Amino acid sequence: MTADPIVSIAGLNKWYGAFHVLRDIDLDVARGERIVICGPSGSGKSTLIRCINALEEFQEGRIVVDGIALGPNLRHVDQVRREVGMVFQSFNLFPHLTVLENCTLAPIWVRNIPRKDAEAAAMQYLERVRIPEQADKYPGQISGGQQQRVAIARALTMNPKVMLFDEPTSALDPEMVKEVLDTMVDLAKEGMTMIVVTHEMGFAREIANRVVFMDSGQIIEVNTPAQFFEHPRHERTKLFLSQILR
Amino acid sequence: MSEAARSSDFVRTALVPKRPAPVVTTGVIGFLRARMFNSPFNILLTIVSALVLWSLIAPMVKFMLIDAVWHGTDRSACLEANVGHPVGACWPFIQAKFSQFIYGFYPEAQRWRADLTFALGALLLLPLLIPRAPAKKINAALFFAAFPVVAFFLLRGGGMKGFAVHWLADLGNTFAASFRDAGGRLTDAGQAIAAPLGAVGQAVKWFGDAIAYVVWPVAALRDWIDTTAYPFWTDFIITAVAISFLVFFLSGGLRNGWSALAASIATFACIAAVILVMQLDRGGLPPVDTRLWGGLLVTLVVSITGIVASMPVGIALALGRRSTIPLIRIFSVAFIEFWRGVPLITVLFFATYMLPLFLPGDFTIDGLLRVLVGIALFAGAYNAEVIRGGLQAVPRGQAEAAQALGLSYWKTTGLIVLPQALRHVIPGLVNSFIALFKDTTLVLIVAIFDLLGQLRASFADPNWATPTTLFTGFAFTGMIYFVVCFAMSRYSLFVERRLNAHRNA
Repeated sequence: MTADPIVSIAGLNKWYGAFHVLRDIDLDVARGERIVICGPSGSGKSTLIRCINALEEFQEGRIVVDGIALGPNLRHVDQVRREVGMVFQSFNLFPHLTVLENCTLAPIWVRNIPRKDAEAAAMQYLERVRIPEQADKYPGQISGGQQQRVAIARALTMNPKVMLFDEPTSALDPEMVKEVLDTMVDLAKEGMTMIVVTHEMGFAREIANRVVFMDSGQIIEVNTPAQFFEHPRHERTKLFLSQILR
Repeated sequence: MSEAARSSDFVRTALVPKRPAPVVTTGVIGFLRARMFNSPFNILLTIVSALVLWSLIAPMVKFMLIDAVWHGTDRSACLEANVGHPVGACWPFIQAKFSQFIYGFYPEAQRWRADLTFALGALLLLPLLIPRAPAKKINAALFFAAFPVVAFFLLRGGGMKGFAVHWLADLGNTFAASFRDAGGRLTDAGQAIAAPLGAVGQAVKWFGDAIAYVVWPVAALRDWIDTTAYPFWTDFIITAVAISFLVFFLSGGLRNGWSALAASIATFACIAAVILVMQLDRGGLPPVDTRLWGGLLVTLVVSITGIVASMPVGIALALGRRSTIPLIRIFSVAFIEFWRGVPLITVLFFATYMLPLFLPGDFTIDGLLRVLVGIALFAGAYNAEVIRGGLQAVPRGQAEAAQALGLSYWKTTGLIVLPQALRHVIPGLVNSFIALFKDTTLVLIVAIFDLLGQLRASFADPNWATPTTLFTGFAFTGMIYFVVCFAMSRYSLFVERRLNAHRNA
């Protein structure tokens, strides 16, 4: 596949008890590449990207992130997590900390950066997601779209090499989806490696280098956006697209 | 012209007739009308409540103020025959016994020490409770670490024979000796009963020997210290140098360990100053046996120690009960269930009368200390379940988000999960603190006289035996308990509002 992948998944298998969630997943992601993962609910998309930063353990296979191997026994978890930023569907901002404190927490406590420097850096990221004026508010006081942009800024403060997005717009009002997607487009244009689970097909068409389609724990089809939307190879993909694109 | 005529149609020629005055809806009358007499049922409720309140408050005021006796030197002042009307509260009794209620049998000449402890505690606690007061970290360190030690030497008296080197050496030797002793006995038993027991005994003995070898350099150092001119200060300086060096090394060494080194040296200088002022190196204050302590002093010592010590116990048990490591989880569950399943009275009884039977003959722990440990563990088990409730209320996504940022388990717990969990359970925690404050009176049954214990003891004084002494005493102590508990409850509401500001914004 790609010559120098930053994320390389090989032979990944995962069971929840007897339920086989992920079946023989192989996927390489090159530096600077943008991957969109889509598929029906319960197909294992979220589980797959949660495996990449070890929020889920897996039983078989191997994930290598920037040269750090993550086997089934989850050693090197901390090293991998430092390279990988994650944005959640339900934002998961820390409600008892202000927006600024949300963004300085990890730099101060994980990277041991002095508070002043961490705050200056955090303000830069908040400007990048265009909400520096909300820095002293609590997450409960700002809108969902703003919260998700703070969550993106918070992940960026750790200078990750890869960003994972787990349905970042599914919990948002339609009006707020755009502001979050715009932020993600900006990020993509700056050359960030991104793995995005989403149903925003417009976003996939505009930004993705490759689209991955999953169903019942398997990767069914990997294709360029143009090919994926115009000439899907598999019947299952065609069915999915016919339901999602009205 | 025509326009002017038409506009004049709208000019009013007569004054508006007076309307009846609006119903008053503000002030006392408005409140009465709107809230208390606005329907037949509410009128009935108002009248019934007023009657109930009157029948409760009137006799109370009559007893405590109107019929009360305020001056006198013994029981004759509070007898109906001498006063000439039915007697209410006998306040001279409280005046006469006041110092006993506060200090118990603490020697009169030494009571300034209890006063000083109260004052120090209040001085350190008040700024800690006021959010705007500065230097919270130093303040908290002083209150939670320095104050208990100072209070211990102030209240109990006595000095220190040595410092950390002595403690380490003595502790190590005690352990080694106890293991050797147990090993020896097991070996003897092995010869008499079964060979495997002897092997176990031999192993235990070797373990004791191993400890002795590890401790040997420290013990040798201690022996050398004892030959110097000022053994205590030699020990102190060695400890200070060793710990400062360790702190310096652990916090970054030559590069950025200097501030930590300065802090460590400053801390030891302060400790030395306190030791000098209290003359701990020369025997300290005259010892006062804890059996002489009593009254409010004991109530406060037991309840504050219980509250402060039960929090870390509770947090540790709550986290342990949710741990993924089976051994820790099983231990926590067993511990919590054991302490919750046993009545506090049993715990106190066991700690006071049974524990000494199991300990080696020369090994004694102070009676009050045993009770304190028992209460802290007991309250800790209760707090653990309250805190676990709070932990469960924190969404799993919070911990996941923190982990995804690279925070370790301890940092995730300490910075993200616990702060949110504890906020959720402030009402429950304060509930158990208040219950603990009032439960401390159970120490009465192991012959420690707290506030209520002293009160009961003072009833036995024939000088003050009058028909109303009992009621006066309980009214007085009831007021003390109420003031403390009500203050805790109001302060917790204040904290809750302050910490949850982000939620109702």
